[in-house]
This record gives sequence, C-alpha cells and structure tokens, in this order.
Amino acid sequence: MKKLSLGKYGILLLVLISACKFNGNRVLPILGERSTVTRVVDGKTSIDTIYKTIPAFKYINQYGDSISNKNLDGNIYVADFFFTTCPSICPVMARNMLNVYNTYKSAGDVKILSYTIDPQHDSVPILKKYADKLNVAGNMWWFLQGHKDQTYLLGKSYLVSIAEKNPAGEYIHDGYFILVDKQKRIRGMYMGTKAEEVAKLIEDIKYLKAEYDTPAAK
Amino acid sequence: MKFKIILFLGLVMLAIISACQSESQLEFARYYSAGSLVYQTKCQNCHGKNGEGLLSMIPPLTDTAYLKNNRKMLACLVLNGLRGKYVLVGKPFEGNMPPSGLNQVDIANVLTFVGNSFGNKMGTISIEEVGNNLSNCK
Repeated sequence: MKKLSLGKYGILLLVLISACKFNGNRVLPILGERSTVTRVVDGKTSIDTIYKTIPAFKYINQYGDSISNKNLDGNIYVADFFFTTCPSICPVMARNMLNVYNTYKSAGDVKILSYTIDPQHDSVPILKKYADKLNVAGNMWWFLQGHKDQTYLLGKSYLVSIAEKNPAGEYIHDGYFILVDKQKRIRGMYMGTKAEEVAKLIEDIKYLKAEYDTPAAK
Repeated sequence: MKFKIILFLGLVMLAIISACQSESQLEFARYYSAGSLVYQTKCQNCHGKNGEGLLSMIPPLTDTAYLKNNRKMLACLVLNGLRGKYVLVGKPFEGNMPPSGLNQVDIANVLTFVGNSFGNKMGTISIEEVGNNLSNCK
C-alpha cells in the first residue's frame, strides 16, 4: 500500500517535471502506460503513441438511470471510489469533492463519478439519500452502483487500489480523485483527502477545459 | 503595625489564589492541547477543521446549547458512537457515528477541546467527570 503510493508519487513527480508550460497555460500530462504503433502511409513510416484510456463500463446512478462510458462523451470528468458507510476518509473526500462540484456544476462539460465499492449495501435509494445529504442535485455528480468485480477491475484502469474488507469490516481504498479528459485519458491524480491537492485539481480542470476551447490545440 | 500584617496576609492570600488559578489554567491547557491532537486524528475527518460538520450528513459541533444541555451524555457519545435519528441545530440527522475506542483520559481531553472550541465555553471536562458520566452510559 505504502510502496504503491510512493511509486505513484514518483510517477506523478516525473510527469510533473516533464510537463511544460505553454502560453501561460499548463499542459497536463497524460498518465498511465502507453504503447506505440508503426504505420506506413504512402510509403512513409510513422510511429504513433497509443495512450491508456478508461475502458467501457456500465453502471446505475442515484436516480436509477443506466450510465455507461457513452454518457461521458464530450465531458471531462473526475472519478473517485467510495462507500456510503465509510467512517474514515470518505467524509473528508466528500467535503473536498463538493468544492469541485460547486465550482463546475454549471460548466456543462464537467462531471463527477463516485463509484461505490460496496454495491451490496449501497443501493440506488441509499445513494440518492447520500447525494441529498450533500445537497447534490441534477446530473453533474453521479453516484454509481455496479458489479463489484467490475468496479475492482475498473479501479485498476484508474490506477487506484481497492481491496476487500479487512477483519475490522472496513474496505481499504486509497482516496485519489482521478481527472479524465474527453478522450478518456487520465490527466491527473490528486489525493482527495488533502484540500490543497483538490485545490490544484480545480485549477487543473480549468487548464484541461482550455485545451478544448482553443482551436489550435488537440 | 496591625495594618501592615493585614496587608501582608492579604497579599499572601492573593498570591495563593492566583497560584491556584494558574494551576487550574495549566490543567485546562494540558487537557485542551492534548484534546486538539485527539480531535485531529479521530474527529476532524468527519466533523471538520472548524467543527462545521458536513451539510446534512454529519452534524456540526457548534450547537453550543445542545452540548451544554447534554454535558453528562457527551462522554458516552464519544465512547459508543451514535445510531438513530436526532435533531441538531434544527436539522434532522441520522446517526451513524462509529465508537471511538478512546480511553477515559483521551475522552476528557477531546471533550475539553471541543467544549471550548467552535464557540463553546464549557471549561475543563476532567477525567473524574468523564469517569462518573461513563458509569451511567445507557
């Protein structure tokens, strides 16, 4: 657990160092493993980079609506993993995520996905109640319930670690907020329990949005 | 001469009283600073840095009247947690506070901290007081 997050910090640090400034706008790094393909077009050989993307998924949100990766098309989003009865880090994560919500709830192309890792307990009505208690309304922030196995697998795609209940009955999960761009690539990871990292996330969403606003950028 | 003796005795009395006062102030400071550490590790995640709670999910610790009126219950609440529905600052809450697992000393520390932060002014909540109240937990 500790080693893993240390490694993650290492990767983060590396990409932070390699991230460059352009026109005063920070260009966010693209995280995760990448591969290359060699293409031959008109007799010329070119090498393309294939970036890691979040795979397709299918969940149900707090309103009972079916939500898949297609519902995220055209959106930047922030993902995290939680469960409603989590006594330790979730309240502080929710408190910090509310800052993201309140900043971007009327942006139109920013969403938040909170995947429950305890779908057996966290039914649709319980997720709705949870959202209500946080004064979360509308379709900007979705609380998602799905198959546990799928969620654990999906967690790996988001580069986070989730584990089964420990003897004390608690799920072990790290509290990362993952920033995903419109091409479903991971562009940043922020410790959701730390207000200063979440402040940086809020700032970075601005830069990421700017990438799509300027016609020159891709 | 008599006057001088009375003055002297008066001064001695004053010194004793102020020493006593600073002794109890010291005691308060000990409870309070130890309690602030307990608060940070055990309570702050949910109840927040300023005891503000979290909207309708987690109650705030700023309801001065509630804390005052339920002073005798607080130790049991910290020890055993809370389940069920209740109303605080005029808002309904559904309790799901886990038991803290704190010992008597740390309960006294954290109660003294909370009881004298976030607008509360309850004075020292001593280990003895906590001990008495814990023996009446339901």
